[in-house]
Amino acid sequence: MSIDIKKIREEFPVLDQAINNKPFVYLDNAATTQKPKAVIKRLVDYYEKENSNIHRGEHFLSRKATEAYENSRNYVQSFINADNSHEVIFTSGTTESINLVASSFCKKFLNQGDEVLISAMEHHSNIVPWQIACDENKAHLKIIPINQKGELKLDEFHKMLNDKIKIIAINHISNSLGTINPVKEIIEAAHKKNIPVLLDGAQAMSHIKVDVKELDCDFYCFSGHKVYGPMGVGVLYGKEKWLNKMPPYQSGGEMISEVTFKKTTFNNLPFKFEAGTPNVADVLALKESLIFMSSLNYNDIQKHENDLKEYLTNNLKQLDKIKFIGTSSKKTSVVSFIFEDIHPSDTGIILDNMGIAVRTGHHCTQPIMDFYKIPGTVRASMAIYNTKEDIDRLIEGLKFVRKMFS
Amino acid sequence: MKNIKDVESEIISEFEAFDDWTDKYNYIIKDLGSSIPEIETEYKQPKYLIKGCQAQVWLHASYKDGKVFFTADSDAQITKGIISLLLRVLSERTPDEILNADLKFIDDIGLKEHLSPTRANGLTNMIKQIKLYAMAFKTKEKKA
Repeated sequence: MSIDIKKIREEFPVLDQAINNKPFVYLDNAATTQKPKAVIKRLVDYYEKENSNIHRGEHFLSRKATEAYENSRNYVQSFINADNSHEVIFTSGTTESINLVASSFCKKFLNQGDEVLISAMEHHSNIVPWQIACDENKAHLKIIPINQKGELKLDEFHKMLNDKIKIIAINHISNSLGTINPVKEIIEAAHKKNIPVLLDGAQAMSHIKVDVKELDCDFYCFSGHKVYGPMGVGVLYGKEKWLNKMPPYQSGGEMISEVTFKKTTFNNLPFKFEAGTPNVADVLALKESLIFMSSLNYNDIQKHENDLKEYLTNNLKQLDKIKFIGTSSKKTSVVSFIFEDIHPSDTGIILDNMGIAVRTGHHCTQPIMDFYKIPGTVRASMAIYNTKEDIDRLIEGLKFVRKMFS
Repeated sequence: MKNIKDVESEIISEFEAFDDWTDKYNYIIKDLGSSIPEIETEYKQPKYLIKGCQAQVWLHASYKDGKVFFTADSDAQITKGIISLLLRVLSERTPDEILNADLKFIDDIGLKEHLSPTRANGLTNMIKQIKLYAMAFKTKEKKA
């Protein structure tokens, strides 16, 4: 292997501790990834040496922080290969990015009788904002169905395409199933009808190379904390042609050009969508997390994570009464499963007592759980710092769960 | 009948006997789970369901001779065992006794993580529901 996992693990202080008196095994990376030292250091450095408000101040620190903040934007731009840095809007995370588009885009472009298209495997944060927008504009929310493997039914999607659809919003990678969706095919088909496409990329950034130009998506949303960055910061990439036509989302300082009591004119991109004092420290630390990603090679990441996924899947198959949820051949390192006779919550509690962190429950995707008619799943999601020893510990834990409930 | 504090002390001493967490959970799963005053089938329906993030909990309450009687069930075994403990303390009590119960014993037996009010789970919601029932019966009696 060309990457040294032991060395990578040393960059993540949180992994080096005991939980419930056992070495910590962290397999809940689809919920949030851990942070490398460089990200943590950047936060501390900013507050110790650079803290000041940006864009307005004439003083030294303000200029310095402004420059660092805009540098971060440029870094994100080149990382996702956007045409312009002003197409990168900083938000609090994927949820806010989606809400921004659902609110602002729909206010301008969604009318009575129109449709918004999402899929049956969306996270609640890519369902509810569209539901609200549709309600407000008397439009209809339409759902692309999935098959038993947890894949989009593309033939249905193509049949559903029509001129009433004003926007399509789907996840790049499913959080509870791990399915990598054929987004390029969807975008190409949508563009033939001039329909813009928003991708929820929260689960993608740490696993696959995201190139917005190659994807040709109209909007791309992601969170810092799921790509080894800090919590509370995220990105909305949007094509200039759309962002320019969309009205502001929130209002206040920074987003204005001129204010009188009679009328306000709005600032240009990206500031039009960044009202108020931004989350400077986390934006700077986000850049460090992307530098960390750049220090790795996506082929190496995928090989390592895929090996772990295969290793876990093969070991799980040896256990009694395991049912896999999400069995697409195109998946990231997310393995969702249940013991057919043991509640996921019971499994999670026992594993927690053994120092093993997985996620149990519906993963904010209740419609998927309804589809499979299960209360929830146990989800193990691997990141670059996980090892086969972590998987061995999980399997050992699951064997113990089986023993306790038999 | 023993008062709430006595029952709580009894539970605390039961739990002190366990050497490690596996014994504790074995007891919760195998013994407590099966001793739950199980909800009648007719009440095991959505109306009596307390929705939580993880396990489902059904709870039914009735009022007789000044006391509230609870029956319950859950689709998860550990949750069911913990409910059984709670009902051992809180069922067949007067509304005031229920409303005044601080349930600190949960902390003492090391199960606090399952009942923290900051966590969205069925058990926390169930305690809220138990107290709401007590409040409702109390109010109803005052009016009568």
